[in-house]
Amino acid sequence: MSPGLTRFVIIIVYLAALLGLSVFSSRMSRGTKSDYLLASHSIGPFLLLMSLFGTTMTAFALVGSTGEAFKEGIGVYGMLASSSGIIHSLCFFLIGVKVWGFGYKYGYTTQIQFFRDRLESDMIGVLLFPILVGLVIPYLLIGVMAGGTVIETMTGGPGLTGAFPEMFPSDNPGANGGLPSQYGSLLICAVVLIYVFFGGMRGTAWANTFQTLVFMVLGVVTFYFIAMKLGGQDSFMESLKACSEAVSAEKATRADMSKSKFFTYLLVPFSVGMFPHLFQHWLTAKSANSFKLPVVAHPVFIMIVWVPCVLIGIWATTSLVPAKPPLPTLPNGVVNANAILPFLVKTQTGAALGGLLTAGILAAIMSSLDSQFLCVGTMFSTDIVSHYFGKDKFDDKTQVLIARVFIIAIVAITYFLSLQGYKSVFAMGVWCFSGFASLFPLVFAALYWKRLTKAGAFAGVLATVASWLFLFQKSGFGSNRKFTIDLAGYEIMPVVAIFACSLIAMVGVSLVTKPPSDATLARFFPES
Amino acid sequence: MKYLVWLMVIVLIIAHQNWNWDDQTLVFGFIPIGLAYHAGISIAASIVWFLAASFAWPK
Repeated sequence: MSPGLTRFVIIIVYLAALLGLSVFSSRMSRGTKSDYLLASHSIGPFLLLMSLFGTTMTAFALVGSTGEAFKEGIGVYGMLASSSGIIHSLCFFLIGVKVWGFGYKYGYTTQIQFFRDRLESDMIGVLLFPILVGLVIPYLLIGVMAGGTVIETMTGGPGLTGAFPEMFPSDNPGANGGLPSQYGSLLICAVVLIYVFFGGMRGTAWANTFQTLVFMVLGVVTFYFIAMKLGGQDSFMESLKACSEAVSAEKATRADMSKSKFFTYLLVPFSVGMFPHLFQHWLTAKSANSFKLPVVAHPVFIMIVWVPCVLIGIWATTSLVPAKPPLPTLPNGVVNANAILPFLVKTQTGAALGGLLTAGILAAIMSSLDSQFLCVGTMFSTDIVSHYFGKDKFDDKTQVLIARVFIIAIVAITYFLSLQGYKSVFAMGVWCFSGFASLFPLVFAALYWKRLTKAGAFAGVLATVASWLFLFQKSGFGSNRKFTIDLAGYEIMPVVAIFACSLIAMVGVSLVTKPPSDATLARFFPES
Repeated sequence: MKYLVWLMVIVLIIAHQNWNWDDQTLVFGFIPIGLAYHAGISIAASIVWFLAASFAWPK
C-alpha cells in the first residue's frame, strides 16, 4: 500500500468513527426542538469546555499558527494566543453566563431573539440577520477549503507514493495522486452534515468533545516526532535544544513586530462575544456553574495547542529542515506558510502517523464547522420562518424538520461557493473577526447598560457596517494582508477604528434618544 | 475580594502588553523567552479566572 493510500484509509477510518459517535449521541435525543437546537440545556462543565474550545479553535489554531510563526516568529503567540486566553474567558464570564440566564428564563435560542426583546425592536433582527450570516459564511468557507486542501496534500505524493496516482495525476508533485481538494471538501461537508443533521446540538457537542481530544493529543504527538526528527539527538530534550538553537534571532524574538499592532490586536478576540455559534453553545449549558470550568481551563488549553505549533513554525525556518523535498510554494514562488505543518508531518513522520495527524487537523476544522452549520440553520428557522410565519403554526417535529432543511441548504451553498476558488478567502479571517469584535459593544451594552436604546443600537450596527466596508475596500477587499492604519506614526489594526465608530455612535445616539420602557428594564435589569 | 480579582485581570492585561521584546534567551534551553513569558501569561490567566470563578462569580 502506498504512503498516500495508507493516510487516506486512516482518514476514512477516523471519519467513520466520528459518524459512529453521532449514531450513539443521536440515540439520546428527545426529539424536541429544544433538544435538537440546544440539547435541552443539559450540557455539563466538561462537554461545555470541549465544545467552546473546539469551536473557537479552527483550522487556524494548528495550520495557521504554524504558518504565522514561520512568517512572523514567536510574537504571534502573544498577539493571537495568550491574548485570546484572557479575552475569551472574559467574554464567557461577562457575556456567556448572563446570556445563559436570560436564554434559560425567556426561552431564547438565538442572539436575534434576545436583541429583539431587549431593544423592543423587530427591525433589529432584520438588520442583524444578514450581517451575522454574512460574517459567518467566509468563516465556513475557510474551514471547508482548508479541509479539502489538507486531504489533497496528505494523500498526494511524487511518483506512485500518492493514494490514486492513476486516477488523479497532477503536475504538482506534492498533490500528485492525492484526492482532489473539491472531493476532500465534499467529504468533510458530507460527514459534518450527517452528524449535525441526525444529532443536532447534542451530537455536535459530543463530536466536538471527541474531536477536541483528538486534535489536542495528536498535536502534542506531532510535536514530539517532528522535534525528534529535526533535532536528530538521542533524547527528546536534546533534540528540542538542537532545534531551538538553530533559530535566528529574528524569529526567536518579537523585535520585528510593531508594538502598536501587537497592542491593537488585543481587540480581535472580543469577536467571541458576538459569534452566533458560540451564543448557541452558551445556551446549551445545564447551569450557570457549568461555565466555571471553561472560563478557568480555556487559557491553558490554548497554550497546550499553540506552543508546540509556534515552535514547529520557527523550527521550519532553520537549516535543520532537509533541502529536499523543498518547502511547498505558492504560484508566485513564495513559501506557502499554511502548508508548513502538513508538509512537515508528511516528510518527517511515517505514513500511518501522518494519517493520524491528518485526522487531528481535520478534527480541528470540523469541530468549528459543525457548530457554524447548525447555528446558521437555527437562525434561518428561528429568526425568519418561526418569527414571521408564527411559531404556533408549526409543532416541534415540523420546526426540527425546517431547521434540518436549512442546514442541508447552508452546507450545499457553502460547498458550491468553495468550488469558486476564492483563494483570498483565507485573508478574510481577520476581517470576519474584526466585524464580530466591533459588534461587541452592542452585546455588552445590552447586558450592562440600561440606557442603551433601540436607536443607539441601530446607529452602532450601521456605523460598524459603514466603517468595515470603507476599510475593507481600502485594503483592496482583503487582498492587502498587511493592511493597517497609520495613526500619528503608529501602526494600528483596522478593528480599532471600526470598534471606535461602533461604540461612539451607539453611546452618542442612545444618550439623546428615548430610554427603553420600564417593563423592558424590569425584565433585563431585575436587580435594580 | 471581588474588586481585587478585577484588579488582577487588569494587571494581567498590562503584563500581556515589552521587557523581553528582543531578548534571545532560551528558557529550559529550548523555549525563546518571549514565548515562555506569554505561556506564563496563559497560565496566570487560568489562575486569575479560577479566583474570579471562586470569589467573583455573577449572581
